[in-house]
Amino acid sequence: MDLTVGPLQFFWSADRWSAFHAGLASAPVDRVVLGELVCSKRLPFFQDRIPEAIATLVAAGKEVALTSLALVTLKRERKATADLAAMGLAVEVNDLTALAHLPEGTPFWVGPMVNVYNEGTIAWLARRGATRICLPPELPLESVAQLARAGAEHGVAIEVWGHGRLPLAISGRCYHARMHGRTKDNCQFACEDDPDGLDVKTLDGQRFLAMNGVQTLSDSHACAAHQVEALAEAGVDALRLSPQSRGFDRICRMYRQRLDGDLCPDRMVEELGRIDAGMQLSDGFLTGQRGADWSGARQPDARPLDA
Amino acid sequence: MVMEIVCPAGTPASLRAAVTAGAHTVYCGFADETNARNFPGLNFDRAEMREGIGFAHAHGARVLVAINTFPRAGDEALWHRAVADAESCGADAVILADLGLLDHAARHHPGLRRHLSVQAAAANADALNFYAESFGVKRVVLPRVLSVPEIAAINAETAVETEVFVFGGLCVMAEGRCSLSSFATGRSPNMNGVCSPASHVAYHDAGGVLDARLGGYTIHRVGKDEPAPYPTLCKGCFSAGEKTGHLFEDPVSLNAEQLIPQLHKAGVTALKIEGRQRSRSYVAQVVRNFRAAVDALEAGKPLPEGMLARLSEGQAMTTGAYRKTWR
Repeated sequence: MDLTVGPLQFFWSADRWSAFHAGLASAPVDRVVLGELVCSKRLPFFQDRIPEAIATLVAAGKEVALTSLALVTLKRERKATADLAAMGLAVEVNDLTALAHLPEGTPFWVGPMVNVYNEGTIAWLARRGATRICLPPELPLESVAQLARAGAEHGVAIEVWGHGRLPLAISGRCYHARMHGRTKDNCQFACEDDPDGLDVKTLDGQRFLAMNGVQTLSDSHACAAHQVEALAEAGVDALRLSPQSRGFDRICRMYRQRLDGDLCPDRMVEELGRIDAGMQLSDGFLTGQRGADWSGARQPDARPLDA
Repeated sequence: MVMEIVCPAGTPASLRAAVTAGAHTVYCGFADETNARNFPGLNFDRAEMREGIGFAHAHGARVLVAINTFPRAGDEALWHRAVADAESCGADAVILADLGLLDHAARHHPGLRRHLSVQAAAANADALNFYAESFGVKRVVLPRVLSVPEIAAINAETAVETEVFVFGGLCVMAEGRCSLSSFATGRSPNMNGVCSPASHVAYHDAGGVLDARLGGYTIHRVGKDEPAPYPTLCKGCFSAGEKTGHLFEDPVSLNAEQLIPQLHKAGVTALKIEGRQRSRSYVAQVVRNFRAAVDALEAGKPLPEGMLARLSEGQAMTTGAYRKTWR
């Protein structure tokens, strides 16, 4: 297995965006997907930084793809999506609108926001030109194994969500704006204050979700530390790491060491705790009763889920 | 042309009630994971489907069969069989969401009309046209994230028919792209045809205060004598920053009856009513009211007013994204 860095889900300043992507050039990852996934209103703030980031990453030997938006409704969003096809890079389709603009036979990647649940869908996407598919995070390990086999059969690399807050939902409504009593068109970019999303707790104060503009994420960071062997066994080709504001370079190195067999899961979890002591982890979509579950919590000395 | 009323039927009795009350079209599903209202005691076996379709056809109504979950890897045969059986039962169309299943239906059942489910979340004209060109889709159920002007813009650029939700439950997230329920309970709309399932709901009485929990997460808290809304995740009460409240959506249901003329003008073909889990008397009453409204519109008469408020079971009503208040 190798490593893919997914598109940044949050709204960072242009300078921070540039510095982050420049830093990935020296990270032990194989490919990077960049661009705006969540909200088209953010794109103008860093759009002119994209060519330089691409040049730096390509020069460092990384494969690079551009993501489409996850939900395309407006005319300018359709235009931006159509323009992706002309950028000369692989497009990662995260809304099928992007596929409508790719000439038949053009190779493309498929992101985790596209519903790929079965062999028939993989076969159809492969015929249409898909070469790489990151599966939706909610799939259980048994399905992942079936789909990895189908991917191998059709020459499509299969990726699984390896690390980071899980993208659980996307809406036409901006929750950051709504919280501040504003509409989406007049949002005043409230999401910029929360570089990893805004924590959403239950009425009992239990950490549960995170708000990121029109997107809703899990509070917990998905973490494949305990799943690496099972995923390799299933035939998965890559793990996807989703950017976060703290310690991301260390996270990339840890997953690299974990894949190389140089770091055990417990030690890795301990080190993740050093980056952010409050970071909750989950891997329940793969092997638990529900997405929020964490297999580490079943070990006697580990932190309970809602500690 | 008069706007088509598309009504839910969770049972054969509801189907007959909807048709008798004036539904132009009824949608329903088989009693398994192939449809997105996979609730205990609901839906149709094969014989019931065949009979129900026969009854509808005899009364001049159509039946659409929803096969709109995403087939499980390794088990696609169950979904393929559902499409084949819908055709042999005489269905007027199937409502599908999955790319692989659309491809299968287009290749193996070319004569069976294909509609795109709201679960596919096709939200602009390019996406609609893409589904039409790739799979011969004739109608798309639009996601509930669009405003009326956005719907009009879509219809101006596509020959595909559009169907929109006008009454009943309201998703605030793009449908088919939400795994909140499986994160909290392990059961999801896409994989299991359920959202915030009753099997994972618990009510906890703590001295005059009633907590409603879903998968162990406290979603609502009300005084003992207040009505306790069902703990649907996206309509729950949460805190973020300094705020506590319904951060995603209030516990409201959709009622766009007053927008029927605008939706007609926007080029919408069909009006869809949510609620296959509802009783047949509810279905009949909603159908009668919406049928009266579209007939009045067709005759150039004013719409009957405020006809459905009492059916919302004490919940507040909203026009959702249609009035552009989200944007």
